[in-house]
Amino acid sequence: MSRKAHSVITAKTLATAPVFAALGDETRLVIITKLSDGEPRSIAQLTRGFMLTRQAITKHLRVLESAGIVHSVRSGRESRFAFDPEPLDEMKRYLNSVSEQWDQALSRLKSFVER
Amino acid sequence: MDNRIEKRIELKAPISRVWRALTDYREFGEWFRVKLDGPFVPGQISRGQITYPGYEHLRWEAVVQKMEPERLFSLTWHPYAVDPKKDYSKETPTLVEFRLEKTPTGTLLLLTESGFDKIPSDRRLEAFRMNDGGWTEQMKNIENHVAKGA
Repeated sequence: MSRKAHSVITAKTLATAPVFAALGDETRLVIITKLSDGEPRSIAQLTRGFMLTRQAITKHLRVLESAGIVHSVRSGRESRFAFDPEPLDEMKRYLNSVSEQWDQALSRLKSFVER
Repeated sequence: MDNRIEKRIELKAPISRVWRALTDYREFGEWFRVKLDGPFVPGQISRGQITYPGYEHLRWEAVVQKMEPERLFSLTWHPYAVDPKKDYSKETPTLVEFRLEKTPTGTLLLLTESGFDKIPSDRRLEAFRMNDGGWTEQMKNIENHVAKGA
């Protein structure tokens, strides 16, 4: 990955709430699943199908927004919310890199105890 | 989304051998690539200096949690605490657990690292920057190691 790509992600996600914490909720996962087709939706559209109030959905959307997972787009008089996959990809890359480090360390351990 | 790392690896060595490689600070240091100041003691901070090529300027710090002989060794640390000038102590650490099980051919090692949901986003980005420069170097290390047939 280039330096430039890094700085773009940094500016966008620096000082945001942890992405994992934002995802640690069933309602928010369902919201993301709804939005993951790339189509922005209004709060009314998102509230449909939930046993939750508009206020509750709005609160969840704010959490997702502050984690950078969704962003709102103004559309006439109402706000629509759109999915932003970048922080999730970032998280995946982070875990992959830690995971990769463990693979390496454990293979060194294997050589070490089996010699 | 999965917020923990899980690894399982079969080691063709007796459980006592693996336990020693994990918990003797000199042996741990050899495969993990860190020069530790002293033995692991539950409840105490373990300090040392990374010996991994390219990262020798980094300090190692972890808190030993549990040492249940030939069963469980665990510690908490701050993954990718790569900036020597930065104080990571206020961040929630991740928990690393090594669990051992006897098998007919040796030992099964189960490794888990959990608690990544508490790591701030900017710290994760730091980790990428670290990997960015270190990747090619690391691949070379593995190649060398395998070629040596250690």
